[in-house]
Amino acid sequence: MNDRTQGSPGSPTGPSDSRPTIQLGHGSGGRMTADLIRTVILARFANPTLAALDDSAELNIDGARLAFTTDSFVVDPIFFPGGDIGDLAVNGTVNDLAVCGALPGFLSAALIIEEGFPVSDLERIVSSMQRAARTADIQIVTGDTKVVNRGKADKIFVNTSGIGVIGRNVDLGPGRVREGDVVLVSGPIGNHGIAVLSQREGFAFGTAVTSDTAPLTPLTQSLINSCGHNLRFMRDPTRGGVAAVLNECAAGAAVQIEIDESAIPIDPPVAAACELLGIDPLHVANEGKLIAIVDASAADMALEALRSHHIGSRACLVGKVTAAGAGGRVTMKTRLGARRIIDVPLGEQLPRIC
Amino acid sequence: MKYLDEFRDPALAAALLDRIRATVTRPSVIMEVCGGQTHAIVRNGIDQLLPDKITLVHGPGCPVCVTPMSTIDAAMHVAQLPNVIFTSYGDMLRVPGSTTDLLSLRAEGADVRIVSSPLDAISLARSCPNRHVVFFAVGFETTAPATAMAVLQARTHRLTNFSALVAHVLIPPAMSALLQLPGNRVQAYLAAGHVCTVTGIEPYDRLCREFRVPVVISGFEPVDLLAGILSAVEQLETGESRVTNVYARAVGAAGNTHAQDAVTRVFEVADREWRGLGSIPASGLRLRSEFAAFDTALRYDLSPEETADPSPCISGDILRGVKRPFECPAFGTRCTPESPLGATMVSSEGACAAYYLYHGRGRHSARERIT
Repeated sequence: MNDRTQGSPGSPTGPSDSRPTIQLGHGSGGRMTADLIRTVILARFANPTLAALDDSAELNIDGARLAFTTDSFVVDPIFFPGGDIGDLAVNGTVNDLAVCGALPGFLSAALIIEEGFPVSDLERIVSSMQRAARTADIQIVTGDTKVVNRGKADKIFVNTSGIGVIGRNVDLGPGRVREGDVVLVSGPIGNHGIAVLSQREGFAFGTAVTSDTAPLTPLTQSLINSCGHNLRFMRDPTRGGVAAVLNECAAGAAVQIEIDESAIPIDPPVAAACELLGIDPLHVANEGKLIAIVDASAADMALEALRSHHIGSRACLVGKVTAAGAGGRVTMKTRLGARRIIDVPLGEQLPRIC
Repeated sequence: MKYLDEFRDPALAAALLDRIRATVTRPSVIMEVCGGQTHAIVRNGIDQLLPDKITLVHGPGCPVCVTPMSTIDAAMHVAQLPNVIFTSYGDMLRVPGSTTDLLSLRAEGADVRIVSSPLDAISLARSCPNRHVVFFAVGFETTAPATAMAVLQARTHRLTNFSALVAHVLIPPAMSALLQLPGNRVQAYLAAGHVCTVTGIEPYDRLCREFRVPVVISGFEPVDLLAGILSAVEQLETGESRVTNVYARAVGAAGNTHAQDAVTRVFEVADREWRGLGSIPASGLRLRSEFAAFDTALRYDLSPEETADPSPCISGDILRGVKRPFECPAFGTRCTPESPLGATMVSSEGACAAYYLYHGRGRHSARERIT
């Protein structure tokens, strides 16, 4: 999911719990978001299922393992190169289920529409949702529609919730990550965030970057089937980008992860846009990419599984788990052979001055 | 990527590092002036790879870091005025003033918008004739020409609903001031390549002659920076002091004369307060009187009074090259990007933010922290 921001990294000037009002940075997927969830939400909703803070909740109902998730989509603009808020809303929730090892089955769709929104645009969005659902082999089986006064919402917001079935032998999570495991990424990073940014007022780069929005189920199921228990962890690096996912995993597993700068796939127009804006591509959102951590012995098999699908055709090995008990640190080996920390983005991304 | 990958080539970088190691025999302190260079050095780990005898200190070339608190507070005041659309480069939104910041004001309802160019602010003013559009004109010689062009466009279009809150500063006077400070450690400069694309080389010739300090005009990629460091070290080893340009693909001797002309038409040089450095003579730009109608400070009668900066932040020492971020007792503990004590930790180009982001929160050198 992408929050609505005028530009891109932003940052807090203080901890979220000291702020009297919510800022865009609180919805960025970075540290501000995590602080807000921890300090305001978790304490009130506390339960063991939620405490896992996974992309989907795992529910055991009469012996069945179900994954359940929800996500709201408020992207601006609602139509962007390579997609729109409709297919984003379907794929985003499908992917939250898929990376938890589930086979997505059914979605709900709730629309909050601003008075005056063109019906033709709504038709376009709903058609896009229908096509995305068909591609992902899921059904949208329930929903809701609300209309609010003009000016009380920004065109249209979409919420989707989903359920899927987790296979009997699937066992994924940061806790399964071990020293020596390797880190894979399914393709070039940063395309979605830059595609959306390029459409925003004042940031028309004139590049041909398109969103990568796509359902990840073919990739996740291929990995599950080919790697079995050698598959440790999967996540789709949306808000907060690759950096947020790797830090989440490193902290959860109490390991150190090292990635290789020269191995990270980035399309040249994305790299150029990031250079121009002073944004780290590792912090940029993706909507059709997968980060997977597998046992080193299964690396080739996992890459083959990813590359057998067109959306994973440029998958590559980008790093490794280097130490256990290392306090959840993520480092990067630079092209020059030095090392640097890869931190979680703080909040809203703000382009630099010069 | 053409003109990018070539300057990130590991083999070329390694060869330059070898030459630096072979050249250096004595301790030397080199200041990279620009915050973008600081971030590139730390992001690429160049500071870890240099011989121990070379100390890089980080200069005042971060526009966010050097904009004084009084100007930030003035921006906050204007942004809250009714009917104002306050436009700014993104970097400035997170900088705390005395009581708040632009991000917070935006969350509370102020119409604060990020623009990538002041010309976007002009377009906004033309499309919103009933609102007054203010552009927060910060930055060095690099961004001043765009502000000048915007003001000229505003005059051409006879706009009455556009003004600029001008806080532009000039780099060479600050470099000169640093060399005259008691306890100055800087022996050579890596000058900011982007500034030089506008100014050319001439301002640095004077600096070099007056202070006998090597000035190397450098870019921002690893090979650019290493070539710059090599040139500085070679000069320090031989006792020479010249202006050398290792960023010739972007910087010509005369600079961008069209940009210089626009700046000269619109602005005049004035004394300017720098955060952490104090007042530096002839180090800033202000609008000429014929453009007074576009001066936000005049329009809203903004007081130039200095705001006290009560923070215990040592960013002044950082910006002068006297100390490095990890030498601050608050670094990584009381002072983090989430809870910054000063602008060098807030800004995406600040030295403290660079160390925190790329080397972690430990209060020790990069080599100790990462390796």
